[in-house]
Amino acid sequence: MTATALAGWLHGRRRRLPLVLAATSVVVVALLLAPLGLVLAQAGQSGWATVWSTLDRPFVATLLWNTVRLALAVTALAALVGTVTAWLTERTALAARRAWAVLLVLPVVMPDFVLAWTWSSMFPGIHGYWGAVLVMTLHLYPLVYLPMAAAFRVADPGQEEMARALGLSRLQAWWKVSVRQARSTLLGGSLLVCLALLAYYGAFEDLRYQTFTTAIFGELETQFDPGVASSLSLVLVALSVLVLGAEAGFRERGKLQRSGPMAERAQRPLPLGRAKVPALAAVALVAVPATGFPVFVVAYWMLAGGSSTLPTAVSLGAATAYTAVYSALGAALATALALPVSLLAARHQRKWSGALERATFITQAVPGIVVALALVYLASHFLGFLYQSPELLVFAYAVMFFPLGLVAMAASVARASPRLEEVGRSLGQGPMAVRLRVTLPLVAPGLVAAFCFVFLSAATELTATLLLVPTGAGTLATQFWADAEQGVAFGSAAPYAAMMMLLSAAPAYLLGRWFDRGYRSSRGSRPAFEVVA
Amino acid sequence: MGFRRRHRWLARAGAVLLACGSLVAVGGAGASASTETITLYNGQHPELALAIVKAFEKKTGIDVRVRTDDGVVLADQILEEGKRSPADVYLTENSPELMLLTEHHLLAKLPAKVLRQVPSRYDSPTGNWVGVALRVGALAYNPKLVGPSALPSHLLDLATPRWKGKLAIAPTDSDFLPLVGAVLATHGERAALGWLKGLRANSALYGDDESVVATVNRGQRAVGIINQYYWYRLRVEVGARNMHSKLYFFPGHDIGGLENISGAAVLASSRHKAAADRFVAFLVSAEAERILAGGYDFEYPARPGVPPNPALPPLSRVKPAVVSVVKLGNDLPAASLLQQAGLT
Repeated sequence: MTATALAGWLHGRRRRLPLVLAATSVVVVALLLAPLGLVLAQAGQSGWATVWSTLDRPFVATLLWNTVRLALAVTALAALVGTVTAWLTERTALAARRAWAVLLVLPVVMPDFVLAWTWSSMFPGIHGYWGAVLVMTLHLYPLVYLPMAAAFRVADPGQEEMARALGLSRLQAWWKVSVRQARSTLLGGSLLVCLALLAYYGAFEDLRYQTFTTAIFGELETQFDPGVASSLSLVLVALSVLVLGAEAGFRERGKLQRSGPMAERAQRPLPLGRAKVPALAAVALVAVPATGFPVFVVAYWMLAGGSSTLPTAVSLGAATAYTAVYSALGAALATALALPVSLLAARHQRKWSGALERATFITQAVPGIVVALALVYLASHFLGFLYQSPELLVFAYAVMFFPLGLVAMAASVARASPRLEEVGRSLGQGPMAVRLRVTLPLVAPGLVAAFCFVFLSAATELTATLLLVPTGAGTLATQFWADAEQGVAFGSAAPYAAMMMLLSAAPAYLLGRWFDRGYRSSRGSRPAFEVVA
Repeated sequence: MGFRRRHRWLARAGAVLLACGSLVAVGGAGASASTETITLYNGQHPELALAIVKAFEKKTGIDVRVRTDDGVVLADQILEEGKRSPADVYLTENSPELMLLTEHHLLAKLPAKVLRQVPSRYDSPTGNWVGVALRVGALAYNPKLVGPSALPSHLLDLATPRWKGKLAIAPTDSDFLPLVGAVLATHGERAALGWLKGLRANSALYGDDESVVATVNRGQRAVGIINQYYWYRLRVEVGARNMHSKLYFFPGHDIGGLENISGAAVLASSRHKAAADRFVAFLVSAEAERILAGGYDFEYPARPGVPPNPALPPLSRVKPAVVSVVKLGNDLPAASLLQQAGLT
């Protein structure tokens, strides 16, 4: 903060920076970034010589090669699939396009390890590199589909019309205007695909494809030194931060210019003509294997599995209750932590408050296993009373999914303008009444959206939960995993998968409604979510 | 206009939070504080541990909280936790983890009465842990892909190019490390490393022995290195008529037929030693050993006089390779060898 700004603040000329809000935000961000430092500390504890000898192996080169070639193929394919399906559902007269639009987003609520398991349990031949490419593309294309659909929906048709008027053909206009306009959105979505890919574990274990996350678990299962696992996770963090940096770079360049204030208007869907059937086939070719097939397989194993002969350590009911409670508390905590940071960033736009907000996105780049290893280290060495406690797992969820909460509440917080509060005050209401009757109702939908978004992700989280779950407890994901991992107990694994989908359905529905509303009423304010999340 | 709609959102949010709150209340109500509680770090199969724990709880009124994970992961944790470990009892599938924790002085001495329950070669030489069950290394093979006469009589033969593309192994399964340790102890480091590199060239890698035997059964691989009981467990899961694989024991006490000892110990840091001792004593009692022999576990009871599951061939016919727990060591050299061979 410069001296003049400080003076202005002291004299109350600029909008006063609430100290409590700022201090809270700084503490929140410090909490979120702590795991990163802890990983370094743990790796350092085993000695940098160990770190180096762990990393300087042909095996690590194989992991790197596996990761890079998978990231390239899946990102390219997800970009292609996401863009084509988004364009078909948003810009063409595709039959039943609203229904397709819902179906195409559904893979978001299907955990990666369930999707991989449904494919590999029915077709054991699907494994290794090509298996991973197939399953990951089906799982991750919605990260491109969602922002591209939004971009196509709000695209300014005036510019394409102008290009036509200037003599370009329809195809040229489409390529030079619509596609160019969506380019930065596409890059942003693609980088998110890349980022998400680095963090997955369960799917790759199912598909027997070695990446850094499977290797980290492998080291935990064979080496008696957690520092070795931490050394490998350093590479994972470095890769993720690299991708995140690239993403931030593209986001900066992705600002759209509109031709006028009323630029957003209804567009006439492009008639498909003879392409009608091929277009339908293309959309079905994505939605059926990504959504229809896994739902069918889960139902199939539930009815035909018959392998539920073994008693389970945590019953379906108990696992559902644990999952619901941990995820709800994690979601509530993430929402509560995100609110001050979001308010600060929206209302007191200074360079450093923006940087604060951006810094929290680093946690999105840190895979769950790294957060979990760091928290285990922290609790076992310094905070013994938190070790293996539900509180630590809840905190891990909050750390991991904080950025989702932030993204989901941004639009509502921006809409809750301080001017409305001032109006409330001028009408004779006290500050508390204004907060309750003006601010809260304005922010509430964003809080609900943030809660749902985090809940959805936490309820299907596997990697960190495996390490942090309290003794005697188990979530749907870990119980599913215990059965499915063994490659035979499909019948007993299926109910856990089904319950995960059911538990995700309500928040997913609320979230879908909320984003839909956000798009439709995004005139003037920030859109409900910018790149996606 | 918008306010009423927004209040509806608020009501929904409230309903969600309320639902969560009531779930927390339900979760909290389960824990009662009146009885003594011990914590078991369980590296054994959860259904076996669960059956034994239930019988113990019923008999003694002592509650047992169970944390199940890979035996090596749990040993890692106990090493990290040191004196602060919340665990009272550690039950694992293989002796090397127990030897390692003994070296770190993390295990308490067991009462002589407990140790006497099983033959001394199944016990810790220092009296820090007791053997509970035995398993034998074996091959699962698919007769459609390889005839029984073509199967190797030595484990080390599987590293020869003849087996390229035909083999399935699970190098991160906790049963694989002792096998590497045994090869190391009997054939030396050079031979062991060469063998592992050969396996790496020949094999498809799986996460655990369960997946290995399932793969061989489906006919995707001809041969898989497992512990014998996984084959029997698969037969229970899928039914005898769906078994397309067979079990092969290495002849003449070959190292491939390594006898693995599953054992239990009380932690030196335990604050419930009496209850923990009682639990370990129960593990080697005739009652618990009969639970072990009677279920779908298919391990051999360590306690003499308790007959194994009748589906199993007697140990005298299997002729396992017996390597003393001291010679088998503590897994650390084997773990480093796995890294050198590029398997982890």
